[in-house]
Amino acid sequence: MKNKELLMQGNEACVEGALVAGMRFFAGYPITPSTEIAELSSEKLPLVGGKFIQMEDEIASMAATIGASLTGLKSMTATSGPGFSLKQENIGYAAIAEVPCVIVDVQRGGPSTGLPTSPSQGDIMQSKWGTHGDHPIIVVAPASVRETFDLTIKAFNFSETYRTPVIILLDEVIGHMREKIELPDISKIDIVNRKKPLVNKEDYLPFKADEDLVPPMADYGEGYRFHVTGLVHDETGFPSNNPDVSDKLIRRLDAKIEKNKDKIVEWEEKNTNDAEIIILSIGCVSRASNAAMKIMRNKGIKVGTFRPITVWPFPEKRLEELSQKVKAIIVAEMNLGQMALEVERISKCMTRIEKVNKVNGEIITPDEIIAKIKEVL
Amino acid sequence: MSNKEEVTEKLVINKEWCKGCGICVSFCPKNVLTLKDGKVDIADIEKCIECGQCELRCPDYAIYLRGKKNEK
Amino acid sequence: MPSAIVNEYFRTKKLPQIWCPGCGHGIITRAITVALDKSNLNRDKICIVSGIGCSSRATGYLDFDTLHTTHGRAIAFATGIKLAKPELTVIVITGDGDCTAIGGNHLIHACRRNIDITAIVFNNNIYGMTGGQYSPTTPKYDKGTTAPYGNIDKSFDIPGLAAAAGATYVARATAYHANLLISLIQKGINNKGFSLIEAISDCPTYYGRKNKKGDAVDMLEWQKKYAINVTAASKMPPESLKGKFIIGEFKNTTEPEYTDEYQKIIDNIGKE
Repeated sequence: MKNKELLMQGNEACVEGALVAGMRFFAGYPITPSTEIAELSSEKLPLVGGKFIQMEDEIASMAATIGASLTGLKSMTATSGPGFSLKQENIGYAAIAEVPCVIVDVQRGGPSTGLPTSPSQGDIMQSKWGTHGDHPIIVVAPASVRETFDLTIKAFNFSETYRTPVIILLDEVIGHMREKIELPDISKIDIVNRKKPLVNKEDYLPFKADEDLVPPMADYGEGYRFHVTGLVHDETGFPSNNPDVSDKLIRRLDAKIEKNKDKIVEWEEKNTNDAEIIILSIGCVSRASNAAMKIMRNKGIKVGTFRPITVWPFPEKRLEELSQKVKAIIVAEMNLGQMALEVERISKCMTRIEKVNKVNGEIITPDEIIAKIKEVL
Repeated sequence: MSNKEEVTEKLVINKEWCKGCGICVSFCPKNVLTLKDGKVDIADIEKCIECGQCELRCPDYAIYLRGKKNEK
Repeated sequence: MPSAIVNEYFRTKKLPQIWCPGCGHGIITRAITVALDKSNLNRDKICIVSGIGCSSRATGYLDFDTLHTTHGRAIAFATGIKLAKPELTVIVITGDGDCTAIGGNHLIHACRRNIDITAIVFNNNIYGMTGGQYSPTTPKYDKGTTAPYGNIDKSFDIPGLAAAAGATYVARATAYHANLLISLIQKGINNKGFSLIEAISDCPTYYGRKNKKGDAVDMLEWQKKYAINVTAASKMPPESLKGKFIIGEFKNTTEPEYTDEYQKIIDNIGKE
């Protein structure tokens, strides 16, 4: 039987994916261009016994999301630009306290109020380094409505698997674009739930990691009576000033993502086998990159595309391989070159890096990328 | 902790937890308590009426009534 | 062996606590456990949430599900917990700076929603953890390390603020009036809605020293001398209340509670 075809926008697909993943709590605050995610969550969550709350501000939304997750509910919040900045402190809290949660950032032009209704990709570095201190983070960047659905489910799964905040980095184009999509057979989708403690309640050490570097997580209200803090803490969960405890914790938090990179990192590449030039981009820009590639291929020019699906961790290994093969990598992004920094670092001068940047609130067009390709040739 | 615990028939004092703030001494209605070497000490246990004012206001949980199940 | 109450409700291995000698926070923290003890609740269905500051260290000592959050955000985290799992009794421990400066917005909105959380504000009139800066409750013209010439800000009346914002149970007591405090906290926990109990603490180390208020005993004596019970105060002429402050129960009303209202939405959807 053919699955139902639906016309929906990226923001809607995000909510549909979240519900399939098991989202049962959403706290948010109205902000363009992410508001539809809150609106749809407010409508759909009570239908499945879930909870929605519009908090008094972005900071509170992030806080409530973490609080709800500690009771065992899969929780999400969504925001854009200024709201993403406001959430950063509590995103760091979720990272150090290892509370699973999903944060959607529908990127708009910045800094500050910037361009509220225009697309941007200016939060690439912020999504990794927005909160202070070394911390792990997983960031996924969908490029279509269907992929927004799929990656939202993945974001929840990563979050539950690694007990870490996961950011879905949408842009205004993907968030608001409507596409006809066919949803997959929901019964066949892999849904991950957090690992629960198997020990006696008295023996539970809430931050003692298993071999996979992730500690099992009890819910509040189950009788484990454990302490959670944003201070550096030991396996018992209580704060410590011991330098060894701090070192061990911060390194473990980093390692639980770093060592599982192969299971997390995802990318898409097209025509890279014989490519002399690769266009690297994420989100809405990757659609222009693919169009530019098609046009150039028709003219016999060997162009390929590379699209990180996980922006953090970045698909480093594969990009390094490709850097050794190609004449140039053109990094096209709607900012002044944030991802290009990462590409330059990874390619270690083995290839030429060129940039196409745009910060006027308009989408990068295939023609603009083609112009750069012609420069490189 | 237990080696610094002073148990009388009416009161228990844990000198290890006592920070010597003097609150219990001052608000004891019968002047049962005193400070000695910066810690609470018993001056005259005979006067103690087991009112529990010391336990109620000790910020360090270093003094409490013996025997009675507190506050229950 | 510590006292029965301390032994039962504290993580005794974490004691003695970090607060300065004579700090009222220890008295107030114990009062909370006594109030909980008297409330006969399911021990495993109690969650205590705090923010950042001297007061907020209390959660680490209490043997419940405890959450030490970010500065000012305890009530917002607690809101998520309560809405997600309404069967939990949610207590917030916060301070004057945590609750009414950086967290002021969360306070008024939790009051407005009347969500069933009991917040106990440990008011020591100063930022203690950072070394004595003036807070929203430092009395006007008193000194702090950031108000060396005297504080020109007007101070907040926390119960007045909470009552005006819609909290359904509002009260105040002091560390000195610990028995009153226990009964007010117990009533707050019992109230189905947002309850705020201001607990006047004492900070002899920073506020006291900076403002020549004497030691902890002097500060508790001051609480004893200048506090007037709300019932007595209502019968006194305004001029005789000058320089005094009022303790007791200020507001005790019944209004629809937030998580109940939300549950109604869930229940009614199926019926339509």
